[in-house]
Amino acid sequence: MILGSIQPAVLIAALMVAATPILLAAIGELVVEKAGVLNLGVEGMMILGAVAGFIVAVQTGNPTLGFIGAAVAGGVLALLFALLTQVLMANQVASGLALTLFGLGLSALLGQSYVGISPPRTPKLDLGPLSDIPFLGRAFFSHDALVYVAIAIVIGVLWFLKYSRAGLILRAVGENHDAAHGLGYHVKRVRALAIMFGGACAGLGGAYLSLIRVPQWTEGMTAGAGWIALALVVFASWRPFRALAGAYLFGGIVVLQLNLQAAGVKIPVEYLSMSPYLITIIVLVFISSGKARGSLNAPGSLNRPFHASG
Amino acid sequence: MIQLEKRLAPSKRAQYLNPFLAVALTMVAGGLMFAVLGKDPLAAIRLIFFDPIFSEQFGSYSRPQLLIKSAPLILIAVGLAIGFRAGIWNIGAEGQYIIGALCGAGVALAFYPMEGWFIFPLMVVAGALGGFLWAMIPAILKTRFNTNEILVSLLLVYVAEKLLAGMALGLLRNPDVAGFPGSRDLRRYESAHNADLIANTGMHWGVVAAMIAVILAYVMMTRHSLGYQVRLAGQAPRAARFAGVSPTRLVVVCFGIAGVLAGLAGMFEVSGPSGQVRIDFASGYGFTAIIVAFLGRLNPIGIVLAGLLLGLTYIGGELSQMMLQLPGAAIQVFQGMLLFFLLALDFQTNYRLKLTKGARA
Amino acid sequence: MSTTTPLLQISGLTKAYPGVVANDDVSFDIGAGQIHALLGENGAGKSTLVKMIYGLVKPDRGDMRLRGNAYAPVQPSDARKSGIAMVFQHFSLFDALDVAENVALGMENPPPLRDLATRIRDVSEAYGLPLDPSRLVGELSAGERQRVEIIRCLLQDPKLLIMDEPTSVLTPQEVDILFRTLRKLSEEGTAILYISHKLEEIRSLCSEATILRGGQKVATCDPREKSARALAELMVGQLLTPPERAARATGDVVLQVDGLSLKSNNPFGTSLKDINFALRAGEVLGIAGVAGNGQDELLLVLSGELASPSDRVRLLGQPVGHLGPNGRRGLGLVAAPEERLGHAAAPDMSLTENAYLSGAGRKELVKNGFIDWGKSRDFAESVIARFDVRTPGPHVVARALSGGNLQKFVIGREIEQAPAVIIVNQPTWGVDASAAATIRQALLDLAAQGAGVVVISQDLDELLEVADSFAALNEGRLSAPRPARGLTVDQIGLMMGGAHDLHAPEGADA
Repeated sequence: MILGSIQPAVLIAALMVAATPILLAAIGELVVEKAGVLNLGVEGMMILGAVAGFIVAVQTGNPTLGFIGAAVAGGVLALLFALLTQVLMANQVASGLALTLFGLGLSALLGQSYVGISPPRTPKLDLGPLSDIPFLGRAFFSHDALVYVAIAIVIGVLWFLKYSRAGLILRAVGENHDAAHGLGYHVKRVRALAIMFGGACAGLGGAYLSLIRVPQWTEGMTAGAGWIALALVVFASWRPFRALAGAYLFGGIVVLQLNLQAAGVKIPVEYLSMSPYLITIIVLVFISSGKARGSLNAPGSLNRPFHASG
Repeated sequence: MIQLEKRLAPSKRAQYLNPFLAVALTMVAGGLMFAVLGKDPLAAIRLIFFDPIFSEQFGSYSRPQLLIKSAPLILIAVGLAIGFRAGIWNIGAEGQYIIGALCGAGVALAFYPMEGWFIFPLMVVAGALGGFLWAMIPAILKTRFNTNEILVSLLLVYVAEKLLAGMALGLLRNPDVAGFPGSRDLRRYESAHNADLIANTGMHWGVVAAMIAVILAYVMMTRHSLGYQVRLAGQAPRAARFAGVSPTRLVVVCFGIAGVLAGLAGMFEVSGPSGQVRIDFASGYGFTAIIVAFLGRLNPIGIVLAGLLLGLTYIGGELSQMMLQLPGAAIQVFQGMLLFFLLALDFQTNYRLKLTKGARA
Repeated sequence: MSTTTPLLQISGLTKAYPGVVANDDVSFDIGAGQIHALLGENGAGKSTLVKMIYGLVKPDRGDMRLRGNAYAPVQPSDARKSGIAMVFQHFSLFDALDVAENVALGMENPPPLRDLATRIRDVSEAYGLPLDPSRLVGELSAGERQRVEIIRCLLQDPKLLIMDEPTSVLTPQEVDILFRTLRKLSEEGTAILYISHKLEEIRSLCSEATILRGGQKVATCDPREKSARALAELMVGQLLTPPERAARATGDVVLQVDGLSLKSNNPFGTSLKDINFALRAGEVLGIAGVAGNGQDELLLVLSGELASPSDRVRLLGQPVGHLGPNGRRGLGLVAAPEERLGHAAAPDMSLTENAYLSGAGRKELVKNGFIDWGKSRDFAESVIARFDVRTPGPHVVARALSGGNLQKFVIGREIEQAPAVIIVNQPTWGVDASAAATIRQALLDLAAQGAGVVVISQDLDELLEVADSFAALNEGRLSAPRPARGLTVDQIGLMMGGAHDLHAPEGADA
């Protein structure tokens, strides 16, 4: 196979699929960070979602239930993080790491008898005539529902943060928790809800990997996707649409890299498959440095513990 | 209604007591988990925590294993703890460990089959240097470009793993054995072999290095101005700048120390207990060491105890896999729970519970 | 309108925290439309009392009645619904949000943001407090930020407006504008609870004053009928002697700053612009200015935490702009930043460790990189003894000390190092009167021994008490220093507002 044989429409379709899991995880984490909390447990919540979604889908034969199960599993694990960091005032970085280590172990334990099975197929969404449009139909309108759900969540989050009262309160809590408390807002409650939303999104993202993208369960299958999602939030400067753009850009790189592998380029697979991580690092460097420093956009209270003193 | 109230000064008692409480709680919760998995919880706990040392049946095999498993954990955790104290989050020790191993093994394989006294010391230097340079990537990106060190150090673990696979299948592959991935066995190459210093004790050079590292770290943290700067920067970054501490230098120093120690751990592992560069060489010591560092209260002496305990769970985990067919992942869950309980209990260090009348949000 | 029931009756409010009783059986009434002062030193319990009225803190005992009905707010929204609004001294605005969003956050049922913007414009003009609803709050001056808070309250038609130390961030001219607004509100029937420790202000504005000391009510009186001295005695509970100063001849220039500019790397920080001054041995230079006009940046660039081109700052004739804090300490320049906990001292470290923090070099507490903890403890003990720091011993962690005691320790630690130049920022902020007097006297004594002293402060009374020469910071520019003797409050106000000798008045809204 040669490079010329890669069809653009197929490439776009593939990159949307490749981008969806990290997009889901990233948009969830974006909301969490907007509320002033840094949850480094995305990887753990994702992989727990991956295994939970897989188990539920296999047991019920229904992928939709699988996705719901994954969201619940991610949310429950996130609740544990909320308990640690919001109620028990534990360090956010350490708690996030604990979540990841625990999630990786627990998922391996739960999934050990599910290795090597195929999950029930998730049908593509029937968009009728849209999917028959030449090029566009193949590229954009022949996907499973989750691809569109992810985009809908991004739009929903954008609207929520920008136009809703609750979104304003969430941003206020993330920007200056002392002031928000002084005005009578429930900092911890807002944060706990945001953390759970983030967990549910990460769980969905994980299940997308195990039920659609791969689709199979293997130990440690998220392979750093949760960390890449965290990097994506920084890349996006905490703006939902930039997270969408970033995820698709990243999806494009992954797909290109896979295509190069398939095309038999004379670089060993191991080195090609480093590229997503290396590119993520390079992008982080560009975003963090220079005049338009993305980090200046960071919520003011990010990763600072809050305890009402009075 | 229960409320948290901040203590005027951190409670020393809670600080020292909590790791023990966390271990006890983990045993209870772990027992429950084993029961759910259909195993006898008491037998499992016994197998994990007591039999590796006290059983007559396994003791002779697993006692030396305790040093072998604990040494890399302690070595890595001592380095990480210094950074964590300063608020510098190097969570990519696993990567630094892999690169240290690759560099050490690379030196050995370059000299193969020549014998010479200088080969092993050269490997030590190469391992330390490899870990150091790998750690310098996040450190320099942090200081030059303000890039988040947590994400970069962690992402580099995946890069290191791919590099390990590439090396095991490519450059460092044993050319004498066709079709079998992995390097030559360094245990069969005398000049490069990190053998037991006292036969059948598990006491290899890595254990010696870990002991030296613990002592040096202890002296540094309590008596040396660098240790003071580390603690100050972690507790009060602005006060550190007022005291003339250069944040840039501190990032480089903390990453450097952790990188060197993790690289050494990898090098001692590949030249001794593991013997080979293989795809599955990385066994998660770099991540478990994070738990060791926290459980040991970021204190070098505490880390020795915590390292021995987690080393024990590795051996106990293998035993219970053999004897009870307990899944290997159960140990990982076990270790994760330990960190959870510790973090959950630690609120007592800075807060106290207070009962108040009436409900109020 | 002929009701005799007061607007708010407070009876027997008590609130205790671990180690302190913040309020002990406090009772008083506020009448409708009355401007009522709540007077007391730092730590007298004013903040706790106000937080209880606003629903942020629940009293242990006692109750309140609003227009005769029981009033027990569980959260601030209850207070707002009952017509009580509050302008905070700190911590209630969001830098990264715009004015309208900030206002909306403080309202119970805000209208859509576009309508709200119109109302903000209307109300702000009606009360003479112009404000653009679409600007980011982080870009506003301290005075403008206060307007945001006031307008946030006014939009809700409060019956009682609580103001916590509102003038600490204003120039004298801005204070006049604020007082006009408050009097107008009072005439319209809004009661105001005005918290302050500034006696002259209270005497000119308030018709009744409740004085707190150590958590207890000492008196309720008409402040216009009492002298400032009598009020001060009620507030402090003892007679205070103002610091003494010996007349002295000033010596050679010890610190010279020429054309020092510094760009802030914080988006909401202040850049320093062309700072010039010369400080002589034995001189106390007072630098006034409203918060956020570059005080923090000036301290950092003088102490060495921020570097500058080397010849912009000269210490005893030697260029030191490129040196860090320890390099400058070695040559004799020490500093005490404003924030005690977290900047000048590490909260969770012992006093011994905190003594080492800045004293390591000059007191030779470290040798070949190894710390002499015994010597450090001796140093800490000598500071504790000489500056009367009330603490069980040097092993105690810094955050366990009261504000005044910690400040005495921090300033004392620097003075004990026998510096040639000392820079202090807000040396008595949040400190009780006796500690403040000790600190000012210590600074004057140091100057008398021949050191150059720079006091950056927002407290004009303090500056007039200690300074030989006087300058003001405004938006990162420093006015040319003038002799302090003979300056009037009006002249000072103009300097603080940016009307420098060499510059035409800037900013039409000053």
